[in-house]
Amino acid sequence: MLEIKNLHAELEEDSEVKILKGLSLKVNPGEVHAIMGPNGSGKSTLSYVLSGRDGYTVTEGSATLEGADLLEMEPEQRAAAGLFLAFQYPVEIPGVGNMTFLRTAVNAQRKARGEDELSAGEFLKLIRARAKELQIDADMLKRPVNVGFSGGEKKRNEILQMAMLEPKMCILDETDSGLDVDAMKLVSDGVNALRDAGRSFLVITHYQRLLNHIKPDVVHIMSEGRIIKSGGPELALEVEENGYADLLAEAAT
Amino acid sequence: MMPRAKLKAQKLEAATALLAGRALPEGGAWITRAREAARGRVMAMGLPVKRDEYWRYTDPRRLTDAALPEAALLDPQGEPPVFDAFDRVRLVFVDGVLDAQASDALTLEGVEICTLAQAARTDLHWARDLYGTLEARAQNPVERSLASVNTAYASEGLLIRVTRTPEKPLSIIYRRSANSAEAMVHHVIRVEAGAEATVLENGPLAARFNQVMEVDVAEGGTLHHVRAQGRDHERAGVAHLFARLGAGAQIKSFTLTANGALIRNEAVIWLDGEGGSAHIAGATVGDGAFHHDDTVFINHAAPRCESRQVFKKVLRHGAVGVFQGKILVDQVAQLTDGYQISQSLLLDEDAQFLAKPELEIYADNVKCSHGSTSGEIDPNQLFYLRARGLREDQAKLLLVLAFLAEALEEIADPALAEDLRARMEAWLKRRV
Repeated sequence: MLEIKNLHAELEEDSEVKILKGLSLKVNPGEVHAIMGPNGSGKSTLSYVLSGRDGYTVTEGSATLEGADLLEMEPEQRAAAGLFLAFQYPVEIPGVGNMTFLRTAVNAQRKARGEDELSAGEFLKLIRARAKELQIDADMLKRPVNVGFSGGEKKRNEILQMAMLEPKMCILDETDSGLDVDAMKLVSDGVNALRDAGRSFLVITHYQRLLNHIKPDVVHIMSEGRIIKSGGPELALEVEENGYADLLAEAAT
Repeated sequence: MMPRAKLKAQKLEAATALLAGRALPEGGAWITRAREAARGRVMAMGLPVKRDEYWRYTDPRRLTDAALPEAALLDPQGEPPVFDAFDRVRLVFVDGVLDAQASDALTLEGVEICTLAQAARTDLHWARDLYGTLEARAQNPVERSLASVNTAYASEGLLIRVTRTPEKPLSIIYRRSANSAEAMVHHVIRVEAGAEATVLENGPLAARFNQVMEVDVAEGGTLHHVRAQGRDHERAGVAHLFARLGAGAQIKSFTLTANGALIRNEAVIWLDGEGGSAHIAGATVGDGAFHHDDTVFINHAAPRCESRQVFKKVLRHGAVGVFQGKILVDQVAQLTDGYQISQSLLLDEDAQFLAKPELEIYADNVKCSHGSTSGEIDPNQLFYLRARGLREDQAKLLLVLAFLAEALEEIADPALAEDLRARMEAWLKRRV
């Protein structure tokens, strides 16, 4: 599904600041991979580089989605190709209704893929069902995108977008940050409901607790812009118990 | 700073040049008196010149030049006029002259309508008391002598008296037929106690226009005023809205302006009675050689009144937007609630926004706030939308319309607001 080979990236405005330093990763269809790592290891940058945010220059390496070169595409092309980033900090957009935004997004992607746009009726039916599962009420759908939403509401809104857009490759960037236990359960249930043989996940997180809810197939430890160790779910537990220090020391030797 | 005497001499010179050889229109005794008085005001004040403090951001020469500038007609390319789909009484002016053939009959239950030409020969007491009165009042503390020029020389306009709430809006339509035509139109509107009316205006008016609308809303009355000033690129003009509100009276005025070499919209509102409410709003889309100026003066002269000014401008390719907005709160106007926001979205580095928000407050128990911002499209918002699959142009359009939405919300009728929103979307799609 997603294949990253020897990816190097630096800040566009300061090429001295190198963030990704030879990162490689392969996520197969249907798999859930988790990336853990200390602050500043480049986890969020990885999500931005994959989704096409301005501000970074890729100097080496490749990233492909089902064989297609992601790095050559505009952000909207990546989205239409099936890539979805659940933002760590979902952006507030005053003046744009949540529903209007979602309908525009769904239809823009369908159009880009050469599919028929959803009618207003079809869209409404779909969003009502999906919103209900995530306990998102009609008021939240009418309000401007993320404006005045609580932290938990914003994250649920991200998962709603994911459920509506039905991407193939979902990147969750610290989706657990700012969530209380109940909200985390709700968000995780939303994600788990979307798990499918044809859909993969890359879950970026600081903490192991999210991985109790969203069970990963593979756990990667990231440090200094590279994956320093990969393993099964037990690797996350090890981090939870001992912190990153041992793993970092091990990698340094 | 230019010496005052020299500035004054320049202003008087400009007035003499513009009025040279112009005769006041024919009319009965009362209107001739009003016109002569207005002419006297112009000769005493002179015309605005570039050095005037009140014209610091907008060069008035295009409006005051004795020689009339040419302005090519715009080809609407099949686009239907604004408000076309609405049931309304249509009153059509061509180059500033009422076209009775193209207009609906001047009848609407609850409303008395006559033309300025008709009224000038009869004695309509309510109009006689209003015509030029609010314009004269608006000369203090800041001179607006172009409005006096209008009072003196306008031979066209409508006198509208709303006695009971009518069923449909009055729709004043301004068409252009000539590359060089000057139009001076002067409307007077009186809304009687408890009545509610909607007046729509749309179209480019003329190559150069000078418009005055004097509005008197009696106790508990409401006037909705929605104006779309067309999208002719080359025309220039100034429009004045002068409104006096009685106790519990309301005015909601919204103006959409797209393009124009120079458009200045002035509004002066007096909240004379307790509990009155004035909402003055505008949305502007300016592209290229465009200079647009909103100059608003709200006088709180009675307690417990509310006022809102909401102005949004989207500018690019060298377009210039100006906002001068003032809230003046008299000593007696306790519990005033005044709000003012002016914002611009600059789509490139060539566009410019100049704002001068002012508060002058003499009462001690009031709530007044103002804000002015100028910025570009937020890159985080743009990326968020694109990451969800919106094309860059589509995402920008959505953000521009979202920016303008707050001004459109000031229109009470959602169908009218949607008509204008859809229109702006179509214009922006063509260019963004």
